[in-house]
Amino acid sequence: MSILHQQRAFYGLLTLAILTSVGYGLVSHGAEGMAFGFFSSFTIAGSLMCIWERSVVRSAFSLMATFMGVAGLFLLLGSDFLAMAQILIYVGGILALILFGVMLTPPDLGERSLPRIGGTLVLVLGGASLVWKHVMDATESLAVLPVEELTPMTSQDQSVGLAFLHPEQYVVAFELAAFLLTVALVAAVYIARRRTADFEPEEAA
Amino acid sequence: MNTLTPNDYLLLLAVPLIPLLGYVVQIFFGRNLPRKGDWMLLGGMFIVMCITVYMFFAHAMGHVGPLPFWNESAMTPDGPVFRWLYNTSDVPGDQNLIAGILYDGLAAAMLMVVGVVSFLVHLFSSGYMAGDKRYHIFFANISLFTFAMLGLILSDNILFLFVFWELMGFMSYLLIGHFAQDPDSPRIKHAAAACKKAFLTTRVGDTCLFFGMAMFYFLLPREYNDLLAQGAIEGERVISSFRFVDLWTMGGQIVEANNGEYPFWMSVAGLFTFGGTVGKSAQFPLHIWLPDAMEGPTPVSAMIHAATMVAAGVFLLGRMFPMMSPEVLQIVIAVGAFTALFAATIGCTVNDIKGVLAYSTISQLGFMVAAIGTGGLGIVAGLFHMVTHAFFKACLFLSAGSVIHGCHHEQDMQKMGGLRKKMPITFMCMLICTLAIAGMPLFAGYYSKDRIIASVIDSTLTQWRGANVFALVALPLAAMLTTFYMFRLIFLTFFGEPRDQHIHDHAHESPIPMTAALIGLASLGMFGGHFWLAGDPLSNNGTWFTNLVQWQTMYVTSRGGSLDLTSMNMIAVTEHTAHTGHVWAVGVSLSVLALGFFAALWIYGLKKLDPARITSKLGLVYEAVRDKYYVDEAVNASVIRGTMGLAKGQKWIDENVIDGTVLGVGRLGRGLGTLCAWIDKNIVDGAVNWVGNTTQALGSVARLMQTGRIQQYVSFAVGGALLLAAFHILT
Amino acid sequence: MGVEAYMGVAGVLFVLGIVCIISRRNILYVLMGIEMILNAANINFVAINRFGNGGLEGRMFAIFVIILAAAEAAIALAIVLNVFHLFQSIRPSDADMLRD
Repeated sequence: MSILHQQRAFYGLLTLAILTSVGYGLVSHGAEGMAFGFFSSFTIAGSLMCIWERSVVRSAFSLMATFMGVAGLFLLLGSDFLAMAQILIYVGGILALILFGVMLTPPDLGERSLPRIGGTLVLVLGGASLVWKHVMDATESLAVLPVEELTPMTSQDQSVGLAFLHPEQYVVAFELAAFLLTVALVAAVYIARRRTADFEPEEAA
Repeated sequence: MNTLTPNDYLLLLAVPLIPLLGYVVQIFFGRNLPRKGDWMLLGGMFIVMCITVYMFFAHAMGHVGPLPFWNESAMTPDGPVFRWLYNTSDVPGDQNLIAGILYDGLAAAMLMVVGVVSFLVHLFSSGYMAGDKRYHIFFANISLFTFAMLGLILSDNILFLFVFWELMGFMSYLLIGHFAQDPDSPRIKHAAAACKKAFLTTRVGDTCLFFGMAMFYFLLPREYNDLLAQGAIEGERVISSFRFVDLWTMGGQIVEANNGEYPFWMSVAGLFTFGGTVGKSAQFPLHIWLPDAMEGPTPVSAMIHAATMVAAGVFLLGRMFPMMSPEVLQIVIAVGAFTALFAATIGCTVNDIKGVLAYSTISQLGFMVAAIGTGGLGIVAGLFHMVTHAFFKACLFLSAGSVIHGCHHEQDMQKMGGLRKKMPITFMCMLICTLAIAGMPLFAGYYSKDRIIASVIDSTLTQWRGANVFALVALPLAAMLTTFYMFRLIFLTFFGEPRDQHIHDHAHESPIPMTAALIGLASLGMFGGHFWLAGDPLSNNGTWFTNLVQWQTMYVTSRGGSLDLTSMNMIAVTEHTAHTGHVWAVGVSLSVLALGFFAALWIYGLKKLDPARITSKLGLVYEAVRDKYYVDEAVNASVIRGTMGLAKGQKWIDENVIDGTVLGVGRLGRGLGTLCAWIDKNIVDGAVNWVGNTTQALGSVARLMQTGRIQQYVSFAVGGALLLAAFHILT
Repeated sequence: MGVEAYMGVAGVLFVLGIVCIISRRNILYVLMGIEMILNAANINFVAINRFGNGGLEGRMFAIFVIILAAAEAAIALAIVLNVFHLFQSIRPSDADMLRD
């Protein structure tokens, strides 16, 4: 199979999977199920594309689908603030950083090895699915409410903001996070600067 | 009684914030704005001036008597306080920092003065500094300085006062050193040295203020709570506070419980606080920075080193007056009176036109400090003099700047002369303000200086103490010398024959912005003492300031009412002595005015007496005065040489004692080391080598797994996790 | 949709993240895989919070995870650049100095 055929087959399968999950969700759970099917299949399709794609740039952009899908899942879970933060920080910040990384490093085409990817996927997925039942059993013991007993969803942004600034809740963690970000940025600049002086003696020798 | 509405407080908050905003915009974009942004700051300062004047007339004037603007109802949750750290009133004050606005009569008067003078100085600068390379930076700096001064006046706690105080010190450094950044300026080295000197000298005073502030903050509540536990006073337990009102309240109650005696530590803390005034207001012996500060541009000299910043020290003294014990006040009077006389004598010998004004400033500041030291009427008199002095000294400096500008940056009075015709507006303005500083009746300075002398006489009549008597002699003498050197300046500059024809031919009147500012300030110097006066213009009672600021009601307490200063540190003044003092003061001030004026007229105006003959008669005395009493040299010899000597001594100790010890220890260590080395080589190494060899053999086996590849490690980790999970599930 | 559905999506995303880290020969994929894993954890946090007591704890955790991820991405990019300077390659298998 040529590369083009591979590509077509892959994307065709992905589209099929998305349509199937949306349809299944619609049939089984109505509109909410459809939205869930859409977002979750979007998330997983994005990450599959990321692993599959030959070019790093395409991988990075397909990661955007994953992040958007996760943001949609957050919305479904009633965390509108978190969804916005997800889009802002991941799509706007982290993805841009990764793209910078792509730009600053040379392309390395032809490094994809499908057998390797497939093998790893089968192995890890197989191992994880063995664990799945057990994880679900553990979840049973958590105080999880059935869907029918959930309180209706309201906007979260105000309560999140108040919780950040309330002295008895998260204000210390919030300040620490701000401090951490500052330190991380300074450290990133420090690490990334060119240290020509460190290399020169080696080159001379 | 007049309470401020929240809108009024917003206006007051805008007063310092407008120059700050102007500074931020100017420092980033000033270079690219049309006219380099001066219109923006000028407009901002105009708004500030309008607000301050509006607030003054709306809330301060027309209220004869007490003006307790500050009250508890204004401090309720939505009142004009800003809580740092926690924005609720639930958190107790000692875990929170509370800053607010204290707008009483003193702040109202001072705010208006600073607003007006700052605007006029900005206006003057737009003409005087035209063509300067760092024009926009100059405007940005002077704007930030104005912000600091306005903030200092409005702050209701000594911590914020200190913050703004330091900011002013730093801006003063930048502004004095303005020409130090200009490589083409001929006086670049002088400017650099002057700004460093000003910064370091005031730092001594600032450190003192910091100690005083810290002592009051920590010891005052402790003493108060102790007295409370003993039952000596009534009230609730208090927590540390920087706010003036809390300091006044606690201090007043402590002194009251001690039957009018101040605890010893309060004397020490008060002395430290006064140290801040000595530094900032250029009192002896920390006055040395002010004459050198004249290296800055003239508008800076006018604004910082005459009208506002040096007044901050006097303002602080006025704010902290109830905390000063009588012993400290004696020192305050002595230092102030000595400085007044000392600087006045130097002022008679200086030839630099700005130098005369610099020493005159030091001398006038001495007047204010000494007056506040006498307490009672004296506080009002000193603060009043601070206000009127700001008007006429700013005008004098700006006039001097105008003369210097007109004479192409010639500052030596010996080379001027006959400029009356060439610069009529400058001449008139300077003459008016000279009359004002000399204390001519109906001019601003008369009302304040007269009161100072009256209060000194009062306090001497009431209490025959050394410092009071000294002040009684020194202040009228200094007032006479003031008149003398100011008219000397006028005669040398504006009258007589031109001594340097070249300069005279090129002299010209200054451009309109400069003369407009001069006229504005001169009219204030003329009417600033008694405008809106109630009653007889020659009477000293009922001037606007004395109606606004009254010592009986100046210091409000948080328990309601105001402090009774007479039972604290102040000398009680009876009606009789006050009357006597007033009558005598009018006589004394008028006679010293006449004496000084005729002496100047005789020597410099009519040239009946050659100054050279007097100086040769005085001989060594004249030389000592001319060389500023060798204070700079003394500081050089004592402080700077002392520091260097100490450093040299420490170096010797370091080289000989410490190094010797270290070397001895080192030799001992080497001997022991040789012994240890033998044991190590023969016994320990054998064991270690055996262990090492064994480990290496084991390690080379384990190494096969360590490929150094991260992905492989991750695989191992995932596999391990899965294995663990499987194990967990199966068992 | 119950909590199982969300945890299922999270689990698959987690596995795909690990596959992404292990199977690709470019150090940038390691970065992307880490982001996927963090996102999977976030979905779990929020889902269990939603179906649990309804408080804010899980959401706050998720927010701090996002903050941490931002800091991590900045540092990781710097490390990637440094690795590239040091080895002139972005294959993780070439950066094997840890072996010695």
